[in-house]
Amino acid sequence: MINVTIDGKTVEANPGDLLIKVAQENGVYIPRFCWHDRMKPVGMCRMCLVEVEGIRGLPPACTMPVAEGMVCHTETPAVKQAQDDVLEFLLVNHPLDCPVCDRGGECPLQDTTLAFGPGESRFVEEKRHFEKPIPISDVVLLDRERCIQCARCTRFADEIAGDPLISFVDRGGHTQVLNHPDHPFASYFSGNVVQICPVGALTAKPYRFRARPWDLATVETSCGQCAVQCRGALQSSSNRLVRLLGVDSDAVNHGWLCDKGRYGFEYVHSDARVREPQLDGKTVSWPQALDAAADALRSARDLHGAESIAFLGGARGTNEDAYAIARLAKGVIGTDNVDSQLGDGLPAELILGVNRAAIADLDTAAAIVLLAPDLKEALPVLHLRLRRAALECNVPIIDFSSVPHGLTREVTHALAPLPGEQGKRAEQLVGALNGNAADAIVAAAAATIAGRSGNIVVVLGRSNLAERSDATVQAAAALAGLANVKFLSALRRGNVHGALEAGLAPGILPGRVTIEHRDAVQQVWRTAPEVPGLDAEGILRGAIDGTIKTLVLVGADPIADFPDRALAIEALNAVGTIIALDGFGNASNQRAKVMLPVTMFGEKSGTTTNLEGRMQRVNQKVSPEGIAMDDWRIASEIALRLGDDFDLELVDEITAEMIKVSPALAGATPALLASSHDGVRIPVREHATEIKVRKNNAGLLDGEGAVSWEPIKADVEAVDVELATHESADESADESAGEAGAAVIDSGETPSADKATITAPTAEASATVAPTAASVLLTWNRIAPSVSLPGRDAYAVRLVSGPALYDHGNAVNASASIVGLRGPSKLLVSAADLQRLGVTNGTEVHVASAKGAFNIAVHAARGITQGVAQLAMGGERGANALIDVGSSATDVRVETIQ
Amino acid sequence: MFTDANKKRATEIVALYPKAHSAILPLAHLAQDQDGWLSPEAMDEIADYCDTTAADVQGVCSFYTMYKRRPCGNLVVSVCTNVTCLVVGGPEVLERLEHKYASDHDVFVEEVECLAACGNAPSMQVNYEYHEHLTPESAEQIVEDYKAGRLVARGVSGGLA
Repeated sequence: MINVTIDGKTVEANPGDLLIKVAQENGVYIPRFCWHDRMKPVGMCRMCLVEVEGIRGLPPACTMPVAEGMVCHTETPAVKQAQDDVLEFLLVNHPLDCPVCDRGGECPLQDTTLAFGPGESRFVEEKRHFEKPIPISDVVLLDRERCIQCARCTRFADEIAGDPLISFVDRGGHTQVLNHPDHPFASYFSGNVVQICPVGALTAKPYRFRARPWDLATVETSCGQCAVQCRGALQSSSNRLVRLLGVDSDAVNHGWLCDKGRYGFEYVHSDARVREPQLDGKTVSWPQALDAAADALRSARDLHGAESIAFLGGARGTNEDAYAIARLAKGVIGTDNVDSQLGDGLPAELILGVNRAAIADLDTAAAIVLLAPDLKEALPVLHLRLRRAALECNVPIIDFSSVPHGLTREVTHALAPLPGEQGKRAEQLVGALNGNAADAIVAAAAATIAGRSGNIVVVLGRSNLAERSDATVQAAAALAGLANVKFLSALRRGNVHGALEAGLAPGILPGRVTIEHRDAVQQVWRTAPEVPGLDAEGILRGAIDGTIKTLVLVGADPIADFPDRALAIEALNAVGTIIALDGFGNASNQRAKVMLPVTMFGEKSGTTTNLEGRMQRVNQKVSPEGIAMDDWRIASEIALRLGDDFDLELVDEITAEMIKVSPALAGATPALLASSHDGVRIPVREHATEIKVRKNNAGLLDGEGAVSWEPIKADVEAVDVELATHESADESADESAGEAGAAVIDSGETPSADKATITAPTAEASATVAPTAASVLLTWNRIAPSVSLPGRDAYAVRLVSGPALYDHGNAVNASASIVGLRGPSKLLVSAADLQRLGVTNGTEVHVASAKGAFNIAVHAARGITQGVAQLAMGGERGANALIDVGSSATDVRVETIQ
Repeated sequence: MFTDANKKRATEIVALYPKAHSAILPLAHLAQDQDGWLSPEAMDEIADYCDTTAADVQGVCSFYTMYKRRPCGNLVVSVCTNVTCLVVGGPEVLERLEHKYASDHDVFVEEVECLAACGNAPSMQVNYEYHEHLTPESAEQIVEDYKAGRLVARGVSGGLA
């Protein structure tokens, strides 16, 4: 640490830190436009000029690293004059159209002019004019005359997003930001440039002229579009969600959002929402619908046994929703045929039972092993974090993808296994680390790993949905044997990790335990399954062969999402009764006997858990559409009708009960979750030292008004928390429930101030509630399934498939701003295969597998191996129409159309 | 689109640099020598050679006034009117040529800043070939010679276009 004096106050700083940042951290705000904490400094706007003793002239604070003994002044007459001059020059061309500008009221230029500006301008010349606004992409509009050339947007596009599709064009007074006429700024991250623009030059089409910032009410929440769960500030006006801004979370999203998250909440208010309960297609009251659902479940259980009932889904809501559904299915009805994944994930034992990494571990890893789908499509902001780890932190990436993807340029060693051979290749890598290299590529990868210290972080997801998960599991089993290895899950669905933690998987109970450890839930639950049930594929096959007679779809659409569409259709047609909890009608629930409308994003509070096992609060901003209810309330109403009163009325009571029965959550409380900065990671005890609590206990962003263009951070300093001790476990459980109530009724009374003490049971005490965490928590047995690939027909190509960001789900379909961004499906093959077919790029060809066939445009793509084809999931021409889930590879014939 | 010969040349130019990105300017000269201007399609093609995006190429090229982003005929005539040329007749040369070729789409007459040929002012460039000691009449004759093919510019990219 070195000493720096800023405006007479001597402060400590790290050598190399930028003066502007050191000043800010010590309470001195130096005005700026171009500097952004998450991007490299550029010194373009000259607004942050300061006086540094011993340096001639006024250096910009944003490009000035601090040095020992540096003495800086930010409020001298010379500095004040420079600020006046810079602002006067910026306003030479910037129009004073604030009353019609979307930024008016939350505009950094407006605010800075008021706080630091000259008050009047001497310029009388005409300002520059441009055609306005021009679209630079389908969602972003540009008013060039407002631009002050800070280069935040162009630097973001280049440095952070890796999509340099906008740049400065022309020079001098004509300088403007533009895209190339043939290439719009079609980045998955384009909305971020609107948020960080310090003027109203970049505006978002969905928000333009929709609201004024002083009319907006804000809550902090997590986006639910994918399992990254970026933190965001959700804003509404007149009970309508109008905007989601990224909140800067060190742990998760660094302030960025993808466009699907940023604009994809429009589905909440879509006309297509189911707003009232339906029984046999007719609108009914809630009591009628709940009675009918309970009757159907009761008679199914009495006639055919609990095993004839299955639950699919639950990865869309909150943890509380998932927990209540799990309790209904496993603790009331008594079936273990429950799966929150739809054949597109990995075994729950694997995800819950491996040593898990945090997203931030990527930055310090020895190497990142990428065994996942294209993260730019599946988990866009995780893609940004990997990109940062590779480019900023110089972490090597070892890639197991069979096809090119968003991070291909950043990959250090591409092991390029053929589809289905990931396991074999991973075993070769492990062999190379032990000195037996199979070839030069694995030898080089092993040498890279061996030459660095730190953990190996394996980003683990389903790299290919056109094959069974076996090859990926085999690869994970091989890699899990290495020392210092951690796994970062890359499962995609919004709250799938929360659902798995809550027990929505066969053989699993809440809190990362298997059904063998029933004692914790049995304090509260009436029953618990004794034999592991079926997964999604088993459930669908059971529906076909008649063993599953009643199917409860909890926000699940297997026909759209299960990799094998033909199997899903057959199963949904065969099953006797369908009960659906959903916000939308879809192909799978169209013949539901009972349709129960549920609340969606922004309409409910609770907690969710992201892919690193981080559990955070989500918050309600608007009242639900129609008379939709929370899933957890529906589950408890049905349970009540089945004779089991959950006695849970507030969401915090469910959180408290979930914590009580979940060994992995021992130590947490609803109050801790509400006030902790960046939430808590599961298992809570293992990560207790990471937990920080916000000082003022408000916990989240202030409720009112606009949020800033600067990286939006929690407005209070975080303090460390110690999980406090209690005499008896029962007492602690009661008290945490009591605190929850207090937090809801009057948050002002919850303990605050410097010494934040959050009550929680000790390890010893919790042993009486639930056995000590370490002894019962699931550990993956690393049993690798054997993979036998079918022989490949010389005329066929082997399919690789993954999700697309703009898919065919409700979030896209019912969000007008982004549905148009979804491109047509296309089949990607190697140039050699295209030549073999004798067709040109873009020609329609006929593709056929054992399961289905259709015509689709074929394109050559760089980097695809001959004999491999790539096709995204979803839609009429999606890979799920071709995939046979029973086969360890999907081979398709591609033929020209005569 | 580059001709086959220029594609080969472009590949050679890219190979001269440690980073392909550095070849943007020479390739832009090559494209402009070939087409007479730098079209959006050409910038797109250059982006492929230089491992970057078309927007980046456009941003770099638009900084330099020598790259023409609109079709401007076969002859670009750049007449200097800076101080030395100003006092010995540069503006008269410019006026004569502008008037003469006002409706000739093949000749693009532009006023430029100092061409660094003050010793023999007034001066101009025709497709970036220097011509000095001008009078309005001699300047016009020189442009006519280019139009008739009696004079041929070597091209900025090394005469390969």
